[in-house]
Amino acid sequence: MLIQIISAVLVLGVLGFIFGAILSYASVKFEVHVDPLIEKTLELMPGANCGGCGYPGCAAMAEAIVKKGVPVETCPVISSLNRRRVEELLGLTQPGDEAKKPVFKAALIKCNGLDSDEYKKFEYLGVANCQAAVLLQNGPWLCPHRCMGLGSCVAACPFGAITIGPHHLPVVNEDKCTACGNCLRACPKQIIELVDKEKVVHVKCNSIERGPDTRKVCQVGCIGCGICVKNCAFDAIKVENNLAHIDYEKCVGCGACVAKCPQKTIIMEDKPAFKGRRAVIRQEECIGCTICFKVCKFSAVNGGTPKEKHAIYPEKCVGCGLCAEKCPKKCIDMEDKAS
Amino acid sequence: MTASLIGIFVVAVFIENYVLNQILGLCPFIGVSNKIDSALGMGLAVTFVMVMAGVVCWSVQTFLLVPLQLEYLQTISFILVIAALVQFVEMVIRKTAPALYQALGVFLPLITTNCAVLGVALLNVKKNYGLLESAVNSFGGGTGFLFALIIMAGIRERLDISDLPDAMKGSPVAFVTAGLLATAFMGFSGLV
Repeated sequence: MLIQIISAVLVLGVLGFIFGAILSYASVKFEVHVDPLIEKTLELMPGANCGGCGYPGCAAMAEAIVKKGVPVETCPVISSLNRRRVEELLGLTQPGDEAKKPVFKAALIKCNGLDSDEYKKFEYLGVANCQAAVLLQNGPWLCPHRCMGLGSCVAACPFGAITIGPHHLPVVNEDKCTACGNCLRACPKQIIELVDKEKVVHVKCNSIERGPDTRKVCQVGCIGCGICVKNCAFDAIKVENNLAHIDYEKCVGCGACVAKCPQKTIIMEDKPAFKGRRAVIRQEECIGCTICFKVCKFSAVNGGTPKEKHAIYPEKCVGCGLCAEKCPKKCIDMEDKAS
Repeated sequence: MTASLIGIFVVAVFIENYVLNQILGLCPFIGVSNKIDSALGMGLAVTFVMVMAGVVCWSVQTFLLVPLQLEYLQTISFILVIAALVQFVEMVIRKTAPALYQALGVFLPLITTNCAVLGVALLNVKKNYGLLESAVNSFGGGTGFLFALIIMAGIRERLDISDLPDAMKGSPVAFVTAGLLATAFMGFSGLV
């Protein structure tokens, strides 16, 4: 009995020992030298393997960063903290350097089309896939730029950030969106753009057709009328090819264009009934410093004499918010207009 | 002799297909059959490991366990052999053929826990095969696995783009497909 136990233990022990010895020998003999920098970089990568950088996964991206000197920003998902850590690791920046303010982007669906039979050429019953639908008469919608609404972007999103909402239009959850750009490539109409998450005013159209043509096929499409351009105090909108474009570098999100857009193409995020804003000065706190009077581009502030309390001319104020931002006493409030 | 080896091979590939007839190794069969490319990689890796494991396990059984009357240690020692072998093969491939290593990727370590590999090793012993027969049977088992995986991947690639009821999308239709495939493979039972 004892012999059996001992022999069993011995056999398995010896087998294990032999294999262990072979493996430890092999691990030395067949060792592949991996640059420790690559491993450390890989630890700092997001690890989502989304492919947003164009490399097959985070490991390949880490290797490219270390070996080929690809900039760390190529990864659209990496957090600014980890990006700095990688840059410090590779000696690209010193720990004390001024940090660039990171811009977090999210996907923006540039279409606001309504879901009405009036705007459809036919009822599409084929494969539920935007690429397939485009092949058939350029899709079921009259507007050639209308979002197909069949959810190729939803399927392409590795983070579950896109869902199909009302009017067969995709809705982006900005908290989940990492701006990897997979949806941009999946959209056959190329109506998705990556835009700074902080920005709230967007042109929800991408139709470059002439105004009358757009109007025929859509109730909310941009007709290139240029009213927004005139109303923008910051020179942030221009109309090109019958389509308004917002320069997000300049846009402050005041919503003056949103209030005036006749087609309701330009929208304010999360405020469907936005009618513009107006500045209101809290008289008791105002010290009459004249700063608001000087910054206002529309001569909508009363005053100009020092120590005299300011007031806003409601009819002239477009609600750009410049005075509220500059006021040293922070006594100017921006109020949404009721109607 | 040759005829009997061919017979063993045909039986292992078609009649006693490890996946579709003996229902072994279902994890990779469902998990890695989304694309034909990865199915091919996984199938080749499994075939390779099966042949190696079959031969080494047969040697361990014949030269170590039987003389010492320790046959009851079969399972545990075979698992030891397979685990060590997979590790070893992974290291060798990583060093000598980085391209192949990239292609096989995560599949190699996964094979350690593939029950079809252990099944082949145990069945070789159960059927009293010699060394050559064991090798052929293992090779046949691996080839059968490769076949099943590729057929499955081909069908699933087409199912992916076809219009299915929501409830059937993904795994459910994969299981139904696997069942139909297994039924179809039962047709080979009268072959030898």
